Amino acid sequence: MAATDVMVDKTAAMIAAPVTAADWLVIAPVLLPIMFGALLVMIRHSIRWHALIALGVLAAMIGANVLLLMRVLEVGPVSMTMGSWLPPFGISFTVDALGAAFSLTASVVALLCCASSVRDIDAAGRRYGFYPFLLLMMAGVSGAFLTGDMFNLYVWFEVFLISSFGLLILGSEKPQIDGATKYAVLNLVGTTLFLIATGYLYGTFGTLNMADLAVKAGQMGEVAPLMTLASLYLLAFGMKAAAFPVNFWLPASYHTPPVITGALFGGLLTKVGVYALLRTLVMIFAVERAVLSGVIGWVAVATMLVGALGALAQSDIRRISGFLVISGVGIMLAGIALGSVGGLSGAIFYALHSMLALSALYLLGGLMRQKGGSFSLHTLSGLYLASPLMTALAFIIALAVAGLPLGSGLWPKVMLVRASLEAGAWPLALAILASGFLATIALGRVFILAFWRNGIAGQPRLEAGKVSLTGYGAVSVLVIAILAMGLAPEPFIRVTTAAATGLLDSSAYVHAVFPAGGVQ
Amino acid sequence: MEPAFAVLVGLFFAGGIYLMLSRHIIRILLGVVLFGNAVNLLIFTNGRILREVPPVIGEGLDMPVGLVANPLPQALILTAIVISFSFFAFLLVLAYRAYQEIGTDDTDGMRIAEPVDDGLPPMGY
Repeated sequence: MAATDVMVDKTAAMIAAPVTAADWLVIAPVLLPIMFGALLVMIRHSIRWHALIALGVLAAMIGANVLLLMRVLEVGPVSMTMGSWLPPFGISFTVDALGAAFSLTASVVALLCCASSVRDIDAAGRRYGFYPFLLLMMAGVSGAFLTGDMFNLYVWFEVFLISSFGLLILGSEKPQIDGATKYAVLNLVGTTLFLIATGYLYGTFGTLNMADLAVKAGQMGEVAPLMTLASLYLLAFGMKAAAFPVNFWLPASYHTPPVITGALFGGLLTKVGVYALLRTLVMIFAVERAVLSGVIGWVAVATMLVGALGALAQSDIRRISGFLVISGVGIMLAGIALGSVGGLSGAIFYALHSMLALSALYLLGGLMRQKGGSFSLHTLSGLYLASPLMTALAFIIALAVAGLPLGSGLWPKVMLVRASLEAGAWPLALAILASGFLATIALGRVFILAFWRNGIAGQPRLEAGKVSLTGYGAVSVLVIAILAMGLAPEPFIRVTTAAATGLLDSSAYVHAVFPAGGVQ
Repeated sequence: MEPAFAVLVGLFFAGGIYLMLSRHIIRILLGVVLFGNAVNLLIFTNGRILREVPPVIGEGLDMPVGLVANPLPQALILTAIVISFSFFAFLLVLAYRAYQEIGTDDTDGMRIAEPVDDGLPPMGY
C-alpha cells in the first residue's frame, strides 16, 4: 500500500467543536494584559492614557481571575487547548485552584502597586514605558500560573523576565545599572537551566504537557533520568525563587529601582519560582521530591536563616525588605520539603500572604521615604509623631511579615510548624520559629528607630514631607487584605487545602486535560 | 550521530561555563551565548536525529512520505534562539552602559548597588 492511500483518522487528534465561552476565561488573565500592553506600546506618546488604561486592564484581570477561581473551586481544574490540536499535541492552558489563587493574588498586588504609582511615575518614566512593561510582566506572570505546558511555562518565564529587565533599569541610575547587570545575567542563567531541563524532559518523555507528564512520570517510578530532571528543576526554579545558595542576585538588585518596581518584584517574581517548584516537584516528580526532601529541607532552613540574618545587618529599608523576601521563600520551601497536605497548604498560604505583605512592606518603605526623606535607618526618625496613620499601617505590616498574631503570616506558619512536627522534622519547625523571631527583631528595630525615635542627637529635625493619598490608599487596602487573612483565615485555608490536594492527587488535573482518558 | 552531538554539547557547556566564571562582563556574556547555544544543540539532539528530510506534507496527503526530521525540537529551538538573541542584545547594551557609567567591566569593582563600607544599622538612639 502506498503512503498516499493511508487514511488518517483526524478526529482523535483534532478538536472539531468551537471553544466555549467559559473556556475563554482560562486565558483571559493573559490575553487582557498582553493585548493592552501591546496597545500601550503603540500609543507610547500619548502618556496621559497609560496609567488609566493600565488600571482598567488590571481591574479587569482581577475580575477574570475571581470568576476563574470560583469556577475552578466549583467544577475542578479547567483546561483549554489552542490551535485545534488535542493535548498532548496542542498547547494547553490548565488552571487548578493553585494557579487561579496565585494569579488572583498577583493581579490584586499589581493593581495596588499600579494605583500607588500614579503620582510617582513621572513623564519620563511613562515615556520610557513603565506601564507597557508592567502589563507585559503581568501577562508573563499570569501565563506562568495558568499554563499547562512545560515549554510554554519557559516562554512565560522569559516574557516576565525581559519585562522585569525593562522595569528594573527604568531611570538609568548608576546603582540600577549595576544591580540590573547582576540580575539579568544570573536570571538568564537560571532560565537557561530551566530550558536544559525541559530539553531533557522532552528527550525522556516525548511530551511537554504537564498532565501527560504527571501520568507518565508516575508510571516510570524512581529511575535515574527523572532524578536528574527533578534536581535540575530544583536548581533552576530555586534560582528564580532566590533559595539559599543561589539567592545573591536578589539583594543586589531589588533595592535599586523605584519602590513600586521593588514592590512588584518582591511580591510577585520569586513566587513564580515557588509556584513552578510546586508544579514540577510536587505534581510531576512526586517520587523524586520525596527522595530530595532532605536536600530541600536544609536549603529551606539555610534560606530562612540567611534571609533573616541578612535583614538584621541592613540599614536600608528596601534592603531589609529584600532579605525578608528571601527568608519567606525559605518558609515556602519548607512546605515543599514536607510534601504533606498540611505542609503544602501552609506553603501555598504563605506564598499568597507573602505576595501581599512583602509588596506592602516595600510600598511602606516608599511612604516612609516620602515622609522622612530617606530609606536609611541612620537618618529616619520621628515618623510616629509625623504620621500616626503610617505608624498603624507599619505596625500591622510588621506583624504580618514577622508572622505574629493579627497579621496574615501567623496561620501559614502555624500550619507549617504543625506539619513539620507531625513529620518529625523538628529542624524545620525550629528554623521557621527562629526566622520569625529574627524578622521580629529586624522589623522591631525599624519601628524603634524610624517611628519611635524622636529626632537624632546633634542633627536638625527633618521636615515632614507630603505623602500622596494614592500611596496611603494602596497600602491601606493591602493592610485590610492582610488583616482579613489574619483574622478570618478559614476561607483562605479552604482554597489552599484544595490547591494542595489537587497537587498531590493530580487525577482531576489530568482528567481536565484528557477527558476521554487521553493519548497514553 | 547522537553520541558525537552529545560530546559537542558537552564541549559547548564546558566552554560556556568556563567563560561565565570570569570576572569580566564581556567574557561572561560570551559564556552566556555559548551556554545558550549548547542548550539549543541539546534540545536538537534530544529530539533524535532521524533524517535530513524536511517534515513537509505533500498536497492531498495526510502524512509525510517516508522518514522525516522531527519538527518539534526545531520549533522549540527557534523559540529559544529568538528569546536568547533578544536577551543577548539587551545584555550587550546593558554591559556597555554599565561600562560607561561605572567605568569598569570587572564585576569585583561593581559595588555601587552594594557598597563595601555599608556599615551596620545604628545600635542605639
